[in-house]
Amino acid sequence: MTGTFNLALDTQPAAGAASAAWLLLVLPALGAAVLLIGGRRTNKWGHLLGSGMVIAAFAYAVVLFFDTTSLAAEDRLRDLHLFDWISVNQLSVDFGLRLDPLSITFVLLITGVGSLIHIYSIGYLNHELEDRRRFFAYLNLFIAAMLLLVLGNSFVTLYFGWEGVGLASYLLIGWYQGKDFAATAAKKAFLMNRVGDVGLALAIFLMFKTMGSTQYDVVFSQIGDQSTGTIVAIGLLLLLGACGKSGQFPLQAWLPDAMAGPTPVSALIHAATMVTAGVYLIARSSPLYSLPQAEDARLVVMIIGAITLLLGCVIGCAYDDFKKVLAYSTVSQIGYMILAVGLGPAGYAFGILHLLTHGFFKAGLFLGAGSVMHAMNDEGDIRRMGGLWKKMPVTFVTWTLGYLALIGFPFLSGYFSKDEIINAALGQGGTRGWVFGGIALLGAALTAFYMTRLLILVWLGKPRWENLTSPATPDPESPEAPVGKPYHPHESPSTMTIPMIILAFGSVAGGAILSAVLPEWLTPAIGEVEETHGALSHTMVGILTVVLAAIGAGLAFLLFGRRETAVERPKRVSFPVRAARADLFGNHLNEALFARPGTWLTRALVYVDNRGVDGLVNGIAAGLGGSSGRLRRTQTGFVRSYALSMLGGSILVIAALLMVRFA
Amino acid sequence: MTSATNSWVLAALLLLPLVGAGVVTALRADARTAKLTALGFSLAEFALAIASWVLFDTGGARIQQSFSFDWIPAFGVHVSFGVDGIALVMIAVIGLLVPLVIGAGWSEKLPEGRTAGGFFALILLEQALTVGVFAATDVFLFYVLFEIMLIPMYFLIGSYGGARRQYAAVKFFLYSFLGGLIMLASVIALYVMSADELGSGTFDWATLVRTVSDAPLSTQIWLFLGFFVAFAIKAPLVPLHTWLPDATAEAPIGVAVLLVGILDKVGTFGFLRYLLPLFPAASAELAPLVLVLAVAGVVYGSLLAVGQSDMKRFVAYVSIAHFGFIALGIFSFSSQAMTGSVTYMVNHSIATGMLILVIGMVIARGGSSRIADYGGMAKLTPLLAGMLLIAGLSSLSLPGTNSFISEFLVLIGSFPKAPVYTIIATVGMVFAALYVLWLYQRIMQGPLRGAALVGVEPGEPVSGGSSAGGALATATQTETKKILDLTGREKWVLAPLLVLIVGLGLFPKPVLATVAPTVDATMCAAGQADPVQSAERQSQCP
Repeated sequence: MTGTFNLALDTQPAAGAASAAWLLLVLPALGAAVLLIGGRRTNKWGHLLGSGMVIAAFAYAVVLFFDTTSLAAEDRLRDLHLFDWISVNQLSVDFGLRLDPLSITFVLLITGVGSLIHIYSIGYLNHELEDRRRFFAYLNLFIAAMLLLVLGNSFVTLYFGWEGVGLASYLLIGWYQGKDFAATAAKKAFLMNRVGDVGLALAIFLMFKTMGSTQYDVVFSQIGDQSTGTIVAIGLLLLLGACGKSGQFPLQAWLPDAMAGPTPVSALIHAATMVTAGVYLIARSSPLYSLPQAEDARLVVMIIGAITLLLGCVIGCAYDDFKKVLAYSTVSQIGYMILAVGLGPAGYAFGILHLLTHGFFKAGLFLGAGSVMHAMNDEGDIRRMGGLWKKMPVTFVTWTLGYLALIGFPFLSGYFSKDEIINAALGQGGTRGWVFGGIALLGAALTAFYMTRLLILVWLGKPRWENLTSPATPDPESPEAPVGKPYHPHESPSTMTIPMIILAFGSVAGGAILSAVLPEWLTPAIGEVEETHGALSHTMVGILTVVLAAIGAGLAFLLFGRRETAVERPKRVSFPVRAARADLFGNHLNEALFARPGTWLTRALVYVDNRGVDGLVNGIAAGLGGSSGRLRRTQTGFVRSYALSMLGGSILVIAALLMVRFA
Repeated sequence: MTSATNSWVLAALLLLPLVGAGVVTALRADARTAKLTALGFSLAEFALAIASWVLFDTGGARIQQSFSFDWIPAFGVHVSFGVDGIALVMIAVIGLLVPLVIGAGWSEKLPEGRTAGGFFALILLEQALTVGVFAATDVFLFYVLFEIMLIPMYFLIGSYGGARRQYAAVKFFLYSFLGGLIMLASVIALYVMSADELGSGTFDWATLVRTVSDAPLSTQIWLFLGFFVAFAIKAPLVPLHTWLPDATAEAPIGVAVLLVGILDKVGTFGFLRYLLPLFPAASAELAPLVLVLAVAGVVYGSLLAVGQSDMKRFVAYVSIAHFGFIALGIFSFSSQAMTGSVTYMVNHSIATGMLILVIGMVIARGGSSRIADYGGMAKLTPLLAGMLLIAGLSSLSLPGTNSFISEFLVLIGSFPKAPVYTIIATVGMVFAALYVLWLYQRIMQGPLRGAALVGVEPGEPVSGGSSAGGALATATQTETKKILDLTGREKWVLAPLLVLIVGLGLFPKPVLATVAPTVDATMCAAGQADPVQSAERQSQCP
């Protein structure tokens, strides 16, 4: 396996245009700082500054990209040292950037999609002008942290960005902080992420212990000499980190709740960029995962990916909330990416390819959802929609293109990336190939099913909203919903539609272009793609995938397209539907295993600490100073207790002296 | 090993707050003049602390700016002071915090009959004594100052604190004082041992390190325990911690900052300055015991912080968890972890100092320290909410804040020698996120609610308002109370801490470079070598 692995480990110092790469961090960070410190004074132009900073970063990223392509392939790994960050004897953590095809690909995605979503947000938040500036500050903060995550040249700078995006995500999920559910969802996201972060932190500690460094170049050049146990342990700990950030089983429960944040946040952070950081981590650590000794770790990665892929699809079929269906779809699609990078050299490039195409179409789908909710009094319940295509034609067309890309319609972007993953999974051969390939194929059919259901319920059929008003009681799931207002859907302003149109272009053409150039472009960073030959030919796999997706979509048309959908959610449903609606009991499990025992333990300890430990000490204190009543008369009792203590102390002193003499 | 150059700075650092305390006492009749004078002295002291740092030569002798004169010649007791890298940064932290504490306590409601002048004079006196404790290089002098510094603190809590202040003050005093007495036994034993060895006894720290550090293990263990109990009470390690929540809850806000931010650090400072160099064999032998207590503190403190219903007690338990990290870093014997512990001492003062000050500002508005009396406050005071969040994020060691550097160093440095303890402590990161964010959620997020913020119908009893300034909470109003965001004075108090939290998170080098030589010297004195080091950099102990 390592024989075909052509990885240039030597990095060159960055020069020329690349030596200004620190701008990528400073521009958005400066934007966030100005907006947060400037406060209300920046209300008028804050959104323009915030967007401008990200667009400027994108412009620089394009320059950096062409600067890199002008180099020979083996010179494309570059390092930019900025300053010594944490340095104590052997430990030396550099604050530096690694500029290579992998990081530059991510930088283009983050700043590109980031710019579009900043622009979209100008229109989306035009109802909350007072707070809009703070929103852009948080978005800028996110961009800065995410860029640090992908650009850092050590695992510690990665960790910095990793927790930084966690903070931005926390702030933005809790955007409607007056609502309890938003605050709770934000906290849950941060906590579950921190569970993953423990894994990442321990992996870093283990690297320092065994290799004396946390810099990528040192770790990647020495990892091959370590024991199998160390390699597998680091591989699994990194995976734990990836599971937290990317919403993978068993840490997936926070991602659907994260939809409590405004929709642009869901599109940028919880679909296109941050949640794919786990995929980046594994691809970045490819020198570790590609080792033959890491076979077991890689298998676990694939299993996690496969479980999550199916779990997301199944739950996605059951939800009636527009954004939550998309959220579970994201969980499931990231499952595909994790499965792909778990395949090793056969899959890294395709995992990244799917990550990029998914970045286009899923961001577009979320922005479309936001556009619909914006026009529908922030209604998220798809049972109250239907027939919206006439009212919002631009949103409808762009959304449908994203939909087709996601279900793998031939020659749209998702077709290329998903097909490659399925082919590579089958290509492992034997039982393993059939199991993982089969799950990936099944996932394709299920994806087509739940996405078609969404298409029918939202856009097609009869308009069910015409005779309805927003629910009379404020709906906890859609915080800002005005109460009891009739729906007047309308097309969104151009700041919102233009980003959707651009993303739709990406959803259509992105796959064809990227699949042609991406694997070769990424080779210097993650190695060459390893050809696989499974039981089925690549063409057969492509046809099979399309047929299965068509069956899934057709089934959805049969079930939902031919009859009226009830506005009220059916209560009496079969067990599988109930299980799916309850997130396959993931939250119940967390509750029973951690939350409730934790609460009881905490209460018991508080009781013991106040009564037990304290009572014992109070007793001693009372014994020394007489009754506790006398203790309170300190002004008079002070000298006496001092004298008493002196006496006690003297006895101890004499005892100590004797002890030393006879020792 | 000792250099007397620039000793005037240290002498001035010790004397200035003493003089200040006297002047402020004399001027206490006019509150405004007294306050301004106190602020002036504290700022001058801060400038001196900076001067001391600038004049400190990191490549020079371990103890610098030293001076000494006889005190009790018959017993070889000297008044001798000097600073090493660790004492230096701690004195700088004291210099930083005292002006902020004075600024924060500017319009503190004091109990009847107490004047602001008296309050600030005691704070300056406490400052002089704590500078002395960190700078003392004579073990007997250290002991004396260790005990005397309890007295101003006793009055600061007992005379100026909340409802149960007397109880808290006595409890604080008894714990610390008894710990000190046990230490006295060990101090005297050191003298006796040096007399056996040298002919005439001494309390000089550097001489004692040279003469007694090779004593038999059994002797070392007993002497170690004498010091350890005193220090473990001060830097509260579970189960000797219960005085801290009471003292923190009852102390006025500024005093709580000094207590948690500075006084407690004397304990961990003592681990580094006295336990490790004087009793190297016992330190190695008993390290597992300390590590167990340290990790127990991390977990126990965190869980109790989650369960607290009072904000000030919450901070106390958070600190107990953090002291667990510091002890872990010291007793896992690597230069990374030990440097981490020293920077933790600095960063904890900054981060927790800010947390206490912000909580004080919340309490000053709502009149209650009960968490349940609040909710949704961010709507009224967005800036204050932001400050609470930033202080909290530093407490949970988010990268980019100062505390991340120290916690990261402690953990990565402890892992090679004490992997199991480190893994447990690392899981403490999750608890930290829980207690910080849950506190923030309960006070700041959600709909506006809570007796401290929302008015109640006339005649309804008002819950809470147990400690600080209960006047507001007992008021009966039908409208939402008028709650204002940060005032200009409060912004000035918090701004320096904010700058340091971010600044030291990105550029920790000034602190790391200052403490590094002292940490290396401590490692050598303790007879320990780094577990992870390259071939070319073997330990360079003299």
